[in-house]
Amino acid sequence: MHVTLTINDTKHSLDLDPRTTLLDAIRSHAGLTGTKKGCDHGQCGACTVMVNGRRINSCLSLAVMHDGDAVTTIEGLGTPEALSPLQAAFLETDGFQCGYCTPGQICSATAMLEEIRAGWPSHVSETLDGPALPTEAEIAERMSGNLCRCSAYPNIVAAIRLAAAEREDAA
Amino acid sequence: MSVSSSLPHESAGLHVTGQARYVDDLPVPAGCLHLAFGMSSVARGMITAIDLEAVRAAPGVVAVYSAADFAVMPDCSPSLHDEPLLAVGEVHYLGQPVFVVVAESHLAARRAARLGRISYDERPAILTVEDALAAGSRFEGGPVIWARGDAAEAIAGAERVVEGSFEIGGQEHFYLEGQAALVLPQEDGAVVYSSTQHPTEIQHKVAEALDLPMHAVRVEMRRMGGGFGGKESQGNALAVACAVAAARTGLPCKMRYDRDDDMMITGKRHDFRIRYRAGVDTDGRVLGLEVTHLVRCGWSMDLSLPVADRAMLHADNAYWLPAVRIESHRLRTNTQSATAFRGFGGPQGMIGVERVMDHVAHTLGLNPLAVRRANYYPEASEAEAGPGEVTQDEPEVTGADRDLTSRGAVAEAGGPAPRTPRDISASKKTTPYGMEVEDFILHGLTEELQKSSNFAARQAAISEWNSTNAILKKGIALTPVKFGISFTLTHLNQAGALVHVYQDGSVQLNHGGTEMGQGLHRKVAQVAAAAFGIDDGRIRITATDTGKVPNTSATAASSGADLNGMAVKAACDTLRGRIAAFVAEKHGGTAAEVHFAGGKVFVGTEELTWEQAVAATYQGRVSLSATGFYATPKITWDRVKGQGRPFFYFAYGASVSEVVIDTLTGEYRILRADILHDCGTSLNPALDLGQIEGGYVQGAGWLTTEELVWDAKGRLRTHAPSTYKIPACSDRPGQFNVGLWQHPNREETIHRSKAVGEPPFMHGISAFLALSAACAACGPHYPALDAPATPERVLAAVARARGPKTACNDEL
Repeated sequence: MHVTLTINDTKHSLDLDPRTTLLDAIRSHAGLTGTKKGCDHGQCGACTVMVNGRRINSCLSLAVMHDGDAVTTIEGLGTPEALSPLQAAFLETDGFQCGYCTPGQICSATAMLEEIRAGWPSHVSETLDGPALPTEAEIAERMSGNLCRCSAYPNIVAAIRLAAAEREDAA
Repeated sequence: MSVSSSLPHESAGLHVTGQARYVDDLPVPAGCLHLAFGMSSVARGMITAIDLEAVRAAPGVVAVYSAADFAVMPDCSPSLHDEPLLAVGEVHYLGQPVFVVVAESHLAARRAARLGRISYDERPAILTVEDALAAGSRFEGGPVIWARGDAAEAIAGAERVVEGSFEIGGQEHFYLEGQAALVLPQEDGAVVYSSTQHPTEIQHKVAEALDLPMHAVRVEMRRMGGGFGGKESQGNALAVACAVAAARTGLPCKMRYDRDDDMMITGKRHDFRIRYRAGVDTDGRVLGLEVTHLVRCGWSMDLSLPVADRAMLHADNAYWLPAVRIESHRLRTNTQSATAFRGFGGPQGMIGVERVMDHVAHTLGLNPLAVRRANYYPEASEAEAGPGEVTQDEPEVTGADRDLTSRGAVAEAGGPAPRTPRDISASKKTTPYGMEVEDFILHGLTEELQKSSNFAARQAAISEWNSTNAILKKGIALTPVKFGISFTLTHLNQAGALVHVYQDGSVQLNHGGTEMGQGLHRKVAQVAAAAFGIDDGRIRITATDTGKVPNTSATAASSGADLNGMAVKAACDTLRGRIAAFVAEKHGGTAAEVHFAGGKVFVGTEELTWEQAVAATYQGRVSLSATGFYATPKITWDRVKGQGRPFFYFAYGASVSEVVIDTLTGEYRILRADILHDCGTSLNPALDLGQIEGGYVQGAGWLTTEELVWDAKGRLRTHAPSTYKIPACSDRPGQFNVGLWQHPNREETIHRSKAVGEPPFMHGISAFLALSAACAACGPHYPALDAPATPERVLAAVARARGPKTACNDEL
């Protein structure tokens, strides 16, 4: 099937088997290998990308479901010369060890901070309608879909808090 | 100077932007083929027929190979040559590769692999410890026994005897990056890209499979997405399969396991059952201890012997055991072949004696920490001498072995040495295997941790809290770690390095270690930067490459920085000496007076930039390339006799965990963890803290949520993250205080640092024993908690603590 995906502001016209996952389309067909395949079951979060601004596990979604959608992968967030605030924060706090979960963590955290900003409640939020804050507990809860086997969690949380605080300061 | 500073990981910029490449990310040449295994669906049986017609006919399939296609089946074992690439005649576990599909795409290969029809004459599978003991299914013929003194007599004469048995589960590595290999056929050999901790092993096994000398195979490894021991030997099958397929088809071949396949095929941490019987005095001092390790090794030998040995070597942990008998049964079962995993048996051995301490304290009504302190080895300078004896029952060493670079290799070819029990001078600082503990620092370290974690006050507060809360119960525990550093196969304790200084002053560094996230390359680059007095930015570390540094040992046993750091330093010192000699001759003074610092070279009264000095040395026609080599001194270990000094030194640490359990559901949380860990003079405090935090969480995961379940047919039921639960972000301790015990290593290691990869893993034991303490707060009896302490096991332990006559909720 023919599918058009806009990945990191670049249009990709792909001819895909309809069973191709969005993850495989990104990695194998668009050639962007920053997004990782950890479990292929939607449970480790290594494949997290943003579709129209929302984070999803790209291994659990078929590419054909996203015809015309805008996909942002880790490559679209920044480069070593021009890091996004979260990328810079992960670098600053050593928010990784082996690095394999890192692209997913950063994509997930980028969208997650938007969710908090939009006031979406989580399982640990005290109220459903109050403003959500990027506290340690909120971040841990909202990032629990992104596994890190090296367990760099303390530094991952520190990175996200750092980026969130910097954004608040800038706002 | 860059050593001891907290520089970020060398690939940090690449990692956060998704540009860091792993094997599966490498662009493959046109025409690359993809492999997938067809696996056994029974745990044990004879293969009566293999029908692969449908596989061959499937779309995209190029070739299919099974045992019938090989005159000699390639072997993947790191030890006994007992792991055929594909099953020959019989299968030994459910998931064992029986045939391999070579296809045009990864998906085509996987889809086709499911179409194979294999018929079996099924045999009763040996799955459990009981099955294996009943069938006499074991490696090495009989148990390995090390003893000092007469433990039985000491126990008989003791005031109190404490005995029990407990289960310690295995652990799936769950490296986020699954196993992967890519082989490019060459005109006279192969180039292999493998996600491996042991490139030389891959080189060796591929060369053997292709019947080529090792010089015909080059293995390159840039980085792994986690290894944890799971990539020490488990990558062999993929690399060998790709090499064989590439040789036969003439095309590049690639293989990566999907997560389910990875978990079904590859080995895991060894699970243990430990039986113990301790005789103690009224202060809880151990007078005699008998320990039995029942180890499920799986279907092949792999690295099980040294793993089980290391468990025995850590059966004392931090404690002086005057009379001790350690018996280790290495059981062969029809399950995945258990393999290396961070700690390499050490954690299992260690938790055995920690359980004894916990049980003794409970039985005597003493504070567990007081019991531990009473049994500690003496602090480094205050040991007392006394008589003792070490004997060793001779293990049967079987099988020819040509793989000298593997930890599964046997130490010496000429068979077992004659059994010669001998008296050794054993003091209170002598381990059961006759090594003097010369660097024991746990008294001081424990005291500092007690203070920094406010241990006594919190213990009292928890006791008070438990007396007033019926449903939620808290527990706290402090446990020590003493972990031996060195490969127990002595000849593996060597490393090489190759350093090039280019004429522009940039430096390329190659060494035998592999990067799996631990920051080894960063640390080694810091060593080189310090040696040359230049900025880290001038140094580039290349992928680990068997063509640059040969005969490397696995990046394992926590030894990466110790060994390779020293080898790199040796190479750098050679180059520095050449540069110094040249500039001294030219500018005056002696070579010894030339000083390298801050990007400058100070010679006599002159000051050159590093670049000027390098360029001048080059123009002076002096070689700017050097190798370095290091062999760990002082160590001697006779595995057969069970005696010697297997370890260059010990790494120490202690941790405090506080937990709360819900006695209605068995659920729990780790509320707080405090760790004080000994890294010697840390090469990089930020990286070391990361290893300690990560090790603790991974260790706690092993003992709490990570449960491997095989069904009655031997099928692993927990083969994906949906059912196998590793710690998530929200599982880390609510409060997490980690400190470094910054005192120089007494031994001459690289900048007096200590190895840090494995030792912190065992801090997870304090989380387990805190759970045990919380269960114990529910009633008068010992809860005898098993690991992993899943909520179900916690509930069972709570019930045991309350006693048989009290229903679970009677007290509420």
